[in-house]
Amino acid sequence: MTVEWMLSNISVNTHPFHLLTFTLLPTPYPLRTAMKLTQGKINELLSESACEHNHKKEGKGKNKSCTQVAQPGAAQGGCAFDGAMIALVPITDAAHLVHGPIACAGNSWGSRGSLSSGPMLYKMGFTTDLTENDVIFGGEKRLYKAIQEVHQRYQPAAIFVYSTCVTALIGDDLDAVCHKAAEKLGTPVIPVNSPGFIGSKNLGNRVSGESILEHVIGSQEPEYTTPYDINLIGEYNIAGEMWGVLPLFEKLGIRVLAKITGDARYQEVCHAHRAKLNVMICSKALINVGRKMEEKYGIPYIEESFYGVEDMNHCLRSIAAKLGDPVLQAKVETLIEEETEKLNRALEPYRQRLRGKRVVLNTGGVKSWSIISAAKDLGMQVMATSTKKSTAEDKARIKELLGTEGVMLEKGNAQELLRVIAQTKADMLIAGGRNQYTALKARIPFLDINQERHHPYAGYVGMIEMARELDEALHSPIWSQIRKPAPWEVPGVDIPDLDDQ
Amino acid sequence: MAIVSTAKKSVAVNPLKQSQPLGAALAFLGLKGVMPLFHGSQGCTAFAKVMLVRHFREAIPLSTTAMTEVSTILGGEDNVEQAILTLVEKSKPEIIGLCTTGLTETRGDDMEGILKNIRKRHPELYDLPIVFASTPDFRGALQDGFAAAVESIVSTLPQAGETRSDQVTVLVSPAFTPGDIQEIKDIIADFNLVPVVVPDSSASLDGHLDDSPSAVTGGGTTLAELRELGSSVYTLAFGESMRRSAEILEERFSIPYEVFPQLMGLDAVDEFLQGLSDVSGLPVPQRYRRQRRQLQDAMLDTHFYFGRKRASLAMEPDLLWSTANFLQSMGVEIHAAVTTTKSPLLEKLPVETVTIGDLEDLETLAVGSDLLIANSHAAGASHRLNLPLYRMGFPIFDRIGNGQRCLVGYRGTTQFLFDLGNLLLHVEEGRSREQVDHWRSGNLDKV
Repeated sequence: MTVEWMLSNISVNTHPFHLLTFTLLPTPYPLRTAMKLTQGKINELLSESACEHNHKKEGKGKNKSCTQVAQPGAAQGGCAFDGAMIALVPITDAAHLVHGPIACAGNSWGSRGSLSSGPMLYKMGFTTDLTENDVIFGGEKRLYKAIQEVHQRYQPAAIFVYSTCVTALIGDDLDAVCHKAAEKLGTPVIPVNSPGFIGSKNLGNRVSGESILEHVIGSQEPEYTTPYDINLIGEYNIAGEMWGVLPLFEKLGIRVLAKITGDARYQEVCHAHRAKLNVMICSKALINVGRKMEEKYGIPYIEESFYGVEDMNHCLRSIAAKLGDPVLQAKVETLIEEETEKLNRALEPYRQRLRGKRVVLNTGGVKSWSIISAAKDLGMQVMATSTKKSTAEDKARIKELLGTEGVMLEKGNAQELLRVIAQTKADMLIAGGRNQYTALKARIPFLDINQERHHPYAGYVGMIEMARELDEALHSPIWSQIRKPAPWEVPGVDIPDLDDQ
Repeated sequence: MAIVSTAKKSVAVNPLKQSQPLGAALAFLGLKGVMPLFHGSQGCTAFAKVMLVRHFREAIPLSTTAMTEVSTILGGEDNVEQAILTLVEKSKPEIIGLCTTGLTETRGDDMEGILKNIRKRHPELYDLPIVFASTPDFRGALQDGFAAAVESIVSTLPQAGETRSDQVTVLVSPAFTPGDIQEIKDIIADFNLVPVVVPDSSASLDGHLDDSPSAVTGGGTTLAELRELGSSVYTLAFGESMRRSAEILEERFSIPYEVFPQLMGLDAVDEFLQGLSDVSGLPVPQRYRRQRRQLQDAMLDTHFYFGRKRASLAMEPDLLWSTANFLQSMGVEIHAAVTTTKSPLLEKLPVETVTIGDLEDLETLAVGSDLLIANSHAAGASHRLNLPLYRMGFPIFDRIGNGQRCLVGYRGTTQFLFDLGNLLLHVEEGRSREQVDHWRSGNLDKV
């Protein structure tokens, strides 16, 4: 009996309680299967054809990291629900309502680092906070009322409603409730079928992508369009770093029609279908949005990065080339020349202080080579990097950047990282916040480059900020004191040998 | 007598409450060599871990059975088994703290049965204690999950033994920080008694640099200490939510107990020290006599700023009890009280109404007060209401030093007076000026 067989025959709606579920919505909304998001759809998202992970290699699908099942006892990452929220919460004038027990919203609300230039509604936590009664009798009625209350009290531009493991399991019909509420309230209410147990954060990103493709993008028309309209997809304005890049587009006469979703307003996402080009930033996360917009609206997409001089230059050149305007291309070259010169001057003192420093990188996917090129640009030596989430193409590029001596880390757990740092005599670790205390507790300087960080690293200006932060982390006067044994401790017994762990 | 009201609404806005499993994890993290394990989807663990890391600024051991859609339908036994075996192999825990989540409680996994089967199949796990707590997310709050874990610990691990006349068991609710626990331990030790604290986060989450990093907790109550709890002569329970655990120890080993619902403020600390003096037969040490005089002096210095001030509080029941009572004893009026879950203390609070609700309720009720006391999530409300926020509870992610902060005992109470006094002093200055400005503009009705 295969798992596929199981799933084709059993919907998630197998819980005995579902028989008791409130039939809040009689005709024309009969109780449907719990999730509009069928297993077929999930499989399609997992094997997303535009994702490099899934390109065939030697006749076999090579989709390792997307379909990887989390290992009990070893798994570390977030769930699909987390991923869905990461991708949509940056829509600042919307309310994000979590339909589930307190853990899902209570343990996570308000913690995401994306900044807003205006509305702050996205920073508020809304949840149905299910009780035992709701679990037994169904949560649809409570959800409907919750949507009403949020609408009445906060007048959001739209309400995104996220399902969770428990509400999927008890069979609440998210789509029907949202549909009914939208009709009744006359405001967009968008279902996001994101129970955590369907998979990883990455899958959750794509699930949220499906929701905006189906319910948001193309639902309104922009006032006007220009031949230079682009969308930024997968850029979440972490620590406000997008604001270091937008002025460059403005200077070039490129209009960002929709940001999906950093510092976005709901309406601009509705307009996204009128752009001339989609620029995928954290490309693997919302790749399905890029591919499907190409199919549906004929908008081509390119995969780019804002990190490091090389990549920033590449991004601007690609956009100009794709928009196909020679004047724009010339403008881009001038801008790159100006910015590079300015940047080189600003970076000069840091380059001197960072030259030859040895770093170990632990980060996912596209960022692994993107940050390597940024580090090399500062004259630093990348001793090792993780390739856990990297595609074959990423890896080839990493190999080229690292040279023959570089270590490619397949596993990125704490012990392995410390071992490699010791082995390569690295001066610091650059990784996600999760590894911050792994490094610090081992008395190793650390720089955070993931979602949770508070410093903007994108674009040319971000490069300066990154150099500053690297310099500060490496040259803090604390390190010799942290590593110093107490005068009364046996001489020679210094910090522990990392090889022993 | 307070009226306990529950907010009548279908949506929680800006939740104050955290889930039960997070509370259970916090309790387990006070044991040495522990690996807490959530039986749920991987997100349940990831969210809890991020919160704990942000609050304590420490590496936090926390693992998951990584339930998927398929394993939820088929049952979680394989996942629990695989998780335990993997943890034993990779992290070598001395204790595993297992708790359920909303997902697996909704499905209804029979945990007792599952653990029995796993033990049967893996005799090699014989020596490994697996402490289990049932903690559905859709019931209760952090404090309840914490209590459930402690109840499970004292129900299963301690064994009967010969009574040691100097050993006392100390149970502490999540209202007490690692810094508070250290202070409690020091005070008890100064009476020549040996405190065994359960759970002792002062040895694991206090924020200290170990010689080598570890995959499990590096400090906390040891398994040997937990086994020997049956030998204690007395149980001191701090926080009302620890009462049930104290009762369990009494039922199992006939150990008498005392519950101290608060350890902040002159009366509460006096009572505690006199009790210790009675139990140990020793006089109160000189340093505490000195600290008591310092506290009284601090009360004199600060009472100008506390009197007639109106504070709005949002915190878990145990912490709310202690904070509200202490503030009232300083002349502060409790303007609004919001909490997360039920407790026998709520009705006895020195307020008119206590609301089981969220931070939206706090924001509504706090209008007209001088000060907010709540966790970091209330920063938004503080900003919108233009009221100062004193951070207490969990999580506090925008202030450092949460591991060592101490607000109990004479010393801790004095610190609390200074912290809060500094905030109120600022409020007072603004208020007085505002009042005379009204007078200056001819409005003498403003008094």
